[in-house]
This record gives sequence, structure tokens and C-alpha cells, in this order.
Amino acid sequence: MRTDHHSAYLSPILEKYGENASNLMQILREAQECHGYLHPDAIDFLCEKLGLPRTKIVGVASFYSFFYLEPRGQYRILFSDNITDRMMGSELLLARMCKTLWLEKGKLSEDALVSVDTTSCTGMCDQGPALLVNNFAITHLTEARVDSICALVREQVPLEEWPSELFEVKDNIRRSDILLLEEDFSLRAALRQGPEAILSELKLSNLRGRGGAGFATALKWEACRNAAGSERYVICNADEGEPGTFKDRVLLTLHAKKVFEGMILCGFVIGSKKGMLYLRGEYRYLLGHLEKTLQDMRQAHLLGNAILGDFDFDIEIHMGAGAYICGEESALIESLEGKRGTPRNRPPFPVTNGYLDRPTVVNNVETFCAATLVAAHGGKWYSEIGTQKSSGTKILSVSGDCERPGIYEYPFGVTVREVLQDCRAISPQAVQVSGPSGVMVAQAEFDRKIAFEDIPTAGAFMVFGKERDMFEVARNFVHFFAHESCGFCTPCRVGTALLRNLMDKLHNGHGSAYDFEEIRKLNGILQSMSHCGLGHSACNPVLDSIAKFRPAYEKRMLHHEFTPAFDLDQALQAARQMTGRDDRAAHLAKGEQ
Amino acid sequence: MDNKLKVATATLAGCFGCHMSFLDIDERFFELVKHVEFDRTPLTDIKVLGECDLGLIEGGLCNSENVEVLRQFRRQCRILVSVGACAINGGLPAQRNPIPLSVILDEIYLGEAGIAHGLIPNDPELPLPLDKVHPLHEVVKIDYFLPGCPPSADAIWTFLTELLAGREPVLGTELLHYD
Amino acid sequence: MTETFRLDGTDVPFEAGETILQAALKAGRFIPHLCHHPEFRPHGSCKLCTVKVDGRQAASCTRLATSGMKVESETEELNAERLALTQMLFVEGNHFCPSCEKSGDCQLQATAYHLGMTNAHYDHFFPNRPLDASHPDFLLDFNRCILCSLCVRASRDIDNKNVFGLAGRGMASHLIVNSKSGKLVDTDFSVSDKAAHVCPVGVILRKRQGFFIPIGSRTFDKKTIKEYVDTRLGEED
Ligand SMILES: Cc1cc2nc3c(=O)[nH]c(=O)nc-3n(C[C@H](O)[C@H](O)[C@H](O)COP(=O)(O)O)c2cc1C
Ligand code: SF4
Ligand code: SF4
Ligand code: SF4
Ligand code: FES
Ligand code: FES
Repeated sequence: MRTDHHSAYLSPILEKYGENASNLMQILREAQECHGYLHPDAIDFLCEKLGLPRTKIVGVASFYSFFYLEPRGQYRILFSDNITDRMMGSELLLARMCKTLWLEKGKLSEDALVSVDTTSCTGMCDQGPALLVNNFAITHLTEARVDSICALVREQVPLEEWPSELFEVKDNIRRSDILLLEEDFSLRAALRQGPEAILSELKLSNLRGRGGAGFATALKWEACRNAAGSERYVICNADEGEPGTFKDRVLLTLHAKKVFEGMILCGFVIGSKKGMLYLRGEYRYLLGHLEKTLQDMRQAHLLGNAILGDFDFDIEIHMGAGAYICGEESALIESLEGKRGTPRNRPPFPVTNGYLDRPTVVNNVETFCAATLVAAHGGKWYSEIGTQKSSGTKILSVSGDCERPGIYEYPFGVTVREVLQDCRAISPQAVQVSGPSGVMVAQAEFDRKIAFEDIPTAGAFMVFGKERDMFEVARNFVHFFAHESCGFCTPCRVGTALLRNLMDKLHNGHGSAYDFEEIRKLNGILQSMSHCGLGHSACNPVLDSIAKFRPAYEKRMLHHEFTPAFDLDQALQAARQMTGRDDRAAHLAKGEQ
Repeated sequence: MDNKLKVATATLAGCFGCHMSFLDIDERFFELVKHVEFDRTPLTDIKVLGECDLGLIEGGLCNSENVEVLRQFRRQCRILVSVGACAINGGLPAQRNPIPLSVILDEIYLGEAGIAHGLIPNDPELPLPLDKVHPLHEVVKIDYFLPGCPPSADAIWTFLTELLAGREPVLGTELLHYD
Repeated sequence: MTETFRLDGTDVPFEAGETILQAALKAGRFIPHLCHHPEFRPHGSCKLCTVKVDGRQAASCTRLATSGMKVESETEELNAERLALTQMLFVEGNHFCPSCEKSGDCQLQATAYHLGMTNAHYDHFFPNRPLDASHPDFLLDFNRCILCSLCVRASRDIDNKNVFGLAGRGMASHLIVNSKSGKLVDTDFSVSDKAAHVCPVGVILRKRQGFFIPIGSRTFDKKTIKEYVDTRLGEED
């Protein structure tokens, strides 16, 4: 029986996850790690064991970029396609790999051995170009490295036997402040203050969320603590999907214990027994390290039963599977519950109706780290760092045109210019702060401050030198949003695709002022009608680049009037081929009029 | 009436249904010709399109000739109107769009039920088909759209009289239909 | 005392737990909508029902009414945005009304009429979505699916079957059925399912019933979408 083969590897996985349907994501991930893709017979088996309809499992699997319902080869290679990867030559390297391996991008090789495609930013922007092979990261790509990867693939060397040097990921810490410097933290001492005291210190600290929205952390914890219900959850958002952001990766590498301690603090304050860290699929290589840290903490009695008095708390790690939208907290919760990552209707918010509809705190990795600092040194101490409205420090992940890309921790209030100097930016004309959904900062604004009251940021700081074409930057970001739109709501699903097509039309030299107007109108609809933050901010890079780099658009409005939506002459190509004609009448002039 | 509006019409990838519906305005035609003069249209014998005030186009874009005619209309007509479902979204002809053109030509000319003698016609006199059928507004700027398959005579009449009176033609719910 | 909110300047009463749209419809006030259905839990995906609540856009089918909130709906700005969304739905799929069995009974079409849509404005995507004619009594024409999930909700919540589900992401989102073959005939779908009768557009079609009702006598030949919604509220179908 063919199902026997599948049941052999699926049964232990199901057992590990308690045959619990809310663990569907983890079950699918491990199943795929065993078999390379999700075989229809495997799905049969899972349907039966988990008591789920096929529509549900296929619906979930097809939502995430890293789940495959069809064979994708023994080696599944995905090139990171952020603008910073492109700036470092990723496109040529991808073409080189395809050529060497004799395959077409996006398609399985004829011998069914390997596939090569692109994926959204993998969070290695300071050491790109980067790729993932079976979701494990390889950075610093060069022609030589690409060639050696091709050789390993051709010789069918099992991934575990690939030279470990290939999988090295650097931390690149360039500037440390209170958070990165902090060494010793006594969780138990902090807990002894009691939940009320921790909460009031947190209030004093004015700590605000580091994941982007900047909500006051104390208020969130307090609201959850006061919400009705017996069970509560702590969720750490380590989805870090915003292109150009990689500071959570480094925090999880160097300060995982502190992140978990922050979660424990939160659990203690809100009265929760269970924490979950949602780790983006791109950081699969960190899973072992994080599991080990948890194990060590259990051994040190920092996790488990009776950590302090009758306070029990433990943490699980859940992996995502390639979906930027799962960084949005309610989509993240859906994903944790084993569903498609569709953002929920809000209100109600997670603090009252979160995981399994119960009160839940969702915070960013850095926020939890910062909370431990507050617990250790007091709220007043913390509030005096940074600016009045933005207390504490912020970790920036710097990439792009600079000599020293990497991690920079600054007190809030640092100017863009200072950061540019420190990272030795190379004739910068713009910085994309906080990723595609953030702000495009032009030269004239370099004295603006990184702070909630001026330029808020989740951490990304991508530098663009004067040679860069800011239209192309915006176009890359628009492609990102169209690719990552969850598809739930009409304006974002269709609007981002229309916007992508219009930006491509301009890129291809067929644009007119009319298209430009269309772009502006679409931006308005995305902003006002979308269901969640992804749709709301999908137009930001376009609006900003129009406002600040208008000539980059003017240059592309080659035509004064309306131009066709598609390439007319190209539309005759199929017929020319079939008829063998190439006379004048077999062609159509481009944009006439 | 001295200042008659010059009107031209054409059928591209359509079925002439819209023109037939136009004729269905019946006796109102007499009223209409008091105000308009027809230039190139299937209703007259005029072959060359002159400068016009109004161009009415039925049918979508299926081949290169359709595109050339449409462009000519756009150049010569002050106001250009997409008339009918086919002009507006490709209509019935556009239902070939999911099928690759090569498959279609193969099936028709080379397949078992083929009608030509194992040859895809390649006479330069024949316009080449586009790989997909497109609505007019994807190729030129269209000023007004008159939906329906075909738009009813009343809809056409209302549209024209409003336009002639210098008003923005708006079809009420009774006249607005896509089928 | 019943509580009220202001909708375009007049008071609309509501009960605790009601959404803006529910309360508005009950009061005979129409707000365009496609993915809302009175018998199902709110979904909030089409965004046609977007209104401004105290100056900010929100989907009226998911936003709970609260006392004294100021809601704008019939404004030029909102209707223009609703029209744009409707046009997006038309170009996303393949909507050739003249050859659609649902024409005249279709809520997307009727909503487009209501909004005065004369054309789909955007460039068409012309997707390739093969039909599923496997079932003896039903045809699925995915070309017209607007992903409202009404069939998904009906099958799951009322029929207890999960015949339908949504798959894919972004523009690749699509409807699937619950069988390994991917064909409707291999599911337990049946005529008596609620899911067989909720599709607002022409996807889930009863075979051998097409074009039975002559033009002029179909639902929206006789009623506007507003009148239809009014009558549907009382009706148990
Ligand atoms: C599309 C989208 C993506 C997001 N991605 C992330 C992310 O990767 N990491 C993160 O911490 N927050 C992300 N957020 C913000 C979260 O929704 C949420 O506000 C945050 O996790 C709360 O934590 P904080 O208060 O500590 O910032 C995202 C929001 C949106 C709308
Ligand atoms: S805005 Fe985009 S990402 Fe958010 S719910 Fe809508 S489709 Fe999904
Ligand atoms: S589903 Fe409605 S809008 Fe679409 S083709 Fe059919 S009748 Fe027209
Ligand atoms: S088939 Fe019909 S009911 Fe189901 S999601 Fe599509 S449009 Fe909605
Ligand atoms: S030719 Fe008039 S609608 Fe098709
Ligand atoms: S009816 Fe409200 S979003 Fe569809």
C-alpha cells in the first residue's frame, strides 16, 4: 500500500504533535521535511488522523509559499528577492544557477532533482545575496559559491553533508547599547517584585512595541491581564518578514534566553501558563538553537512548573512557512491555530480574543527583550533613555549601499544622518526606513529622527546610493506586496496586482501620464478600503517615491497620451509564428497617437 | 440644422447585433438625422473615415485590422464610444482567451475537423489574430461606454439624445444592462 | 430605550451585538454588499459595504454598531470607491454576462447596476480557470468566483460538510472542493445543500436550468438590488 509509506513517517510526527489539528502547520512542515512535498496520499492520511476535511489541509498548505503540493525536487532552492539582494547581483546569480543546472526558473528540473525560484526577503540583507535550500539559509552568494552549490546538487550530496561553512550566518553587530550589552539578568529576582510592580515599572518606562505599530506595552499587558477568561497566552512575534529587517534574527541568535525571559515575565504579569514563539520559516536554521535554549532553561528551572511559587510557564516554538502576512498579529494567531494566515476582523483585538479566542499578548522579539531591561533596572531608568516620547533604544538592521551593513543599536532620537555616517553609506540619496511599508526618506530629510514622533520603524534601514533608480526600488516593493497579499479582501488582492502591472508597464517603457494617474487612484483605494495593514501600506513606497523622486517617474512617462495596456506587436507574435509571416501587415506599431 | 454632428460607426469583433439594435430605434431615426450626418458606417457607402464628432464602435479587438480601425477612429473622432459587451470586455469572442492561439489555429486548420487543407492561411491580405481578444479601452482612450448585448434601442436613443443635448449621458437602471 | 447611531444624518436604531450593516438593513437602509448574507456570520472580505465611521473607513458588515457613532454611506467618495472594487471583481475573473446563466439573478451584476457601472475600467486579467462539469446536477464555473466564501460558510456551518474551501494566496486564491480528484462529483455535495443555493454570482449552477426564466422576468429585471435585499431579510430560503 502506498499510504503505508506515508504513514511510516507521518505517524511519529502526529504523535509528537498529539494528533492535534491546531498544530497543522508544524505537522505539514515536518511531513514535507521527510518527503519533500505533501503527497496526496499523505494528505489522505492526515485528513483521517486529524479529522480534518481535505479542503482545510489543502487550503492551508496552498496558502504558504514553503508548502508544496507537487514535487519540487530533492533540492528546493529559493533566491531572496529583496531589492538589496538585487543590488548585489542576485538576478545574475540565479540565472547562472539555472543555466548550470539546466532548468527554468520556477520549474522542476527534468530529472525531478531540483527547482530554483525566488522568494521574498529572507532577512540576510547585510550578507546577501542569499538563498534558501530546503529552507536553510546560505548567504554571501558569489559565482564561486553558486557553482559549488550546483556541484553539490548535481552530485546529489545530502544536505546534511554540505560543508557547514556554506550555512554560516554572521551577526554583524556594529553598535551596541543597553540591550545588546546587557549580560546578566536575574529572572527570578525580577519575578519576585510581583506582577503589579513589574507592570507599574513597565508603565513608568513608556516602553512601546518594537514590531512597528508602537502600542504601549504596559497597556497591552494590563488589558490582557484584566480581560475575562481563565487561560491566557503570550506570543512572541518572530516572523520578521518586512524586507530589510533582520534584527530579530540576531537577537534570537545571541539573546534567545533574554527573549524567552521577557515572555516569562509577560506570562507572570498577565497570568498565563503558555508562551509561543512564531518563528518565520526562513529562520529554520535557528530552530535547533532555540529548542536547545529552551531545554537549558527548563533544566535551570526557568521554565516548567513552579518557576516561582505556583507560577508555571512553558514555551513552544512554531514555525511559519513563508507568508509575510503572518507577521500581522491576528493572521499570526490564525496560523498558530493551524489555519490560513488571514487577518481577523478587528476589533476584537488579541488582548481579549486572541489565540483560541482567549486573551493573548502579542509582542515583538525586541519588545520582550526590552521588557527584561525594564524589569531589571526600573521604569524610570529606562524612560530617561531616548527621547521623551520614545523611551529606550531601537535596533536597526542596516543594509544596502554602505560599507558596514549590520546591526546598530541606538537610543531613540538618532538622526538618519548619524546612522548613515556610522554605517559609512556610499553617497546616499535615500533610505527606506522600516521596510516597504515604512517611509522613503530623501536626502533633504536626513536630519529627521528615528523615533515614534518622527520616523517610527520596525528596524529596517536600507540605504540607496545616488546611482540607484528609486522607481525600481518602489517597483520591487510593489511586487513584494502583490506576492504577499493574502487575497482575503478585494482592494488588496486585486489592487496590488493592478498596481504591479502598472508599475511594470512604466518599467517596460509603455507608460503615460494616464497610467500615472491610475497609479495614484489605486493607491487611494488600497489605503482606504483594505482589510489590514498590508493593504494600507502597500502604496507607501509608490506614494513616497512619487513625492520625492518624481523625475524617476517622468522619465518613464514616455508617451503623452494613453498607451495600450499590453504590447500590441507582441500580441501578434503567436500568429506570426503559426503563419510564418513577417510582412509589414504582420506587425503593429507600438503606442501610436 | 446647419451644425450637424458627424457620426461614424464600425463593427470590429462583434456580431452586428449592436448595429441592428441601433436600427431598432425605428422612426426615431428620422429625428436623429435632423441632428446628425453619417460618415463612414456600415449604413452608408462611405469608405474613408473623415473628421468626426462621434465614433460608435461595436465589437472587441480580435486581430490587427481591428486595432488599426480603432486607432483610426480614435484619431478622427472627437468622442469615441464603446458600444456593447464585446467592445467593453471582449464579450463572446474573448471566451477564446484561456486557450492559446496556437492550439486554436491548430485545431481549426490542422486538426481532424480542419477546414483548410492542412494549412494555416498566411495570405498577407488577411489580418493576423491577436493572441487574446481585448476590449477597446485597453488600447485607446474611450470616452463613453454603452453596455448591453446589445444595448437596447432605447438605451442607444437615450444615450445619443443626451449627448446631442450636450449633457453627460447617464443610463437609468431600466436601461443599464450587461446582457 | 433603544440605542441609535447616525447614518447619513438620520438615526438608525440597533440592538447590542448588531453590526452597522445589520441595523441599517433592518431599518430599510441599503448599503451595497456582496459577501454578507443575513443567515451567516460576517466575513468582511469584499469591502463593498465600506462606510466611514467617525471619519474612517470600516466594513459595515463586521463593525458593531455603537451608540452615537456617525456613519456616512451614501457619499460620492464612498460610492466611487465601491464602484472601483466592483470593477476590480469584474476584471479579476471572466464575467461575460450575456453568456452567463446567472445574468439577471446575479448580485454582482445588480450591484454594478446600482453603482452605475458602465464598464470594468481596469485592464482585464483574463485568467484561465477550467470548469468542473463532473457532477450530474451541478456545474462549477470558477471564472466568476468572487471569493465571498458564502458557499464555504454554508457547507461548513449549515450542511456540516465542508464541500467548498478557499485555497491559494493573493491573486492565486481560488475555490476548491473536498475530494482528492478535485472534482465536485467525488464530494458528498447534493441539491439539498444550503451551499447549492447561496452563490451570489454564477459559479455554482444547477444543470439543465439555465436561461429558463425569460429576460424581463428574472430577479433583477423586476427588482433593484436594494429591493431584493429588503425582501430577503424577512424570507427564509
Ligand atoms: C502586514 C504586517 C506585517 C507585520 N509583520 C510583523 C513582524 O514581522 N514582526 C512583528 O513583530 N510585528 C509585525 N507586525 C505588527 C504586528 O501586527 C503587531 O503589531 C506586533 O507584533 C505587536 O508587537 P509590539 O507591540 O511588540 O510591536 C506586522 C503588521 C502587519 C500589518
Ligand atoms: S489588506 Fe491584503 S493582506 Fe490584508 S487582508 Fe486584505 S488581502 Fe489580505
Ligand atoms: S456572475 Fe454575474 S457578473 Fe459575472 S458574468 Fe455572471 S451575471 Fe455577469
Ligand atoms: S463559488 Fe460563489 S459563493 Fe462560493 S466563494 Fe465563489 S462566489 Fe462565493
Ligand atoms: S456585438 Fe454588440 S454586444 Fe456583442
Ligand atoms: S459585505 Fe462587508 S465586506 Fe463584503
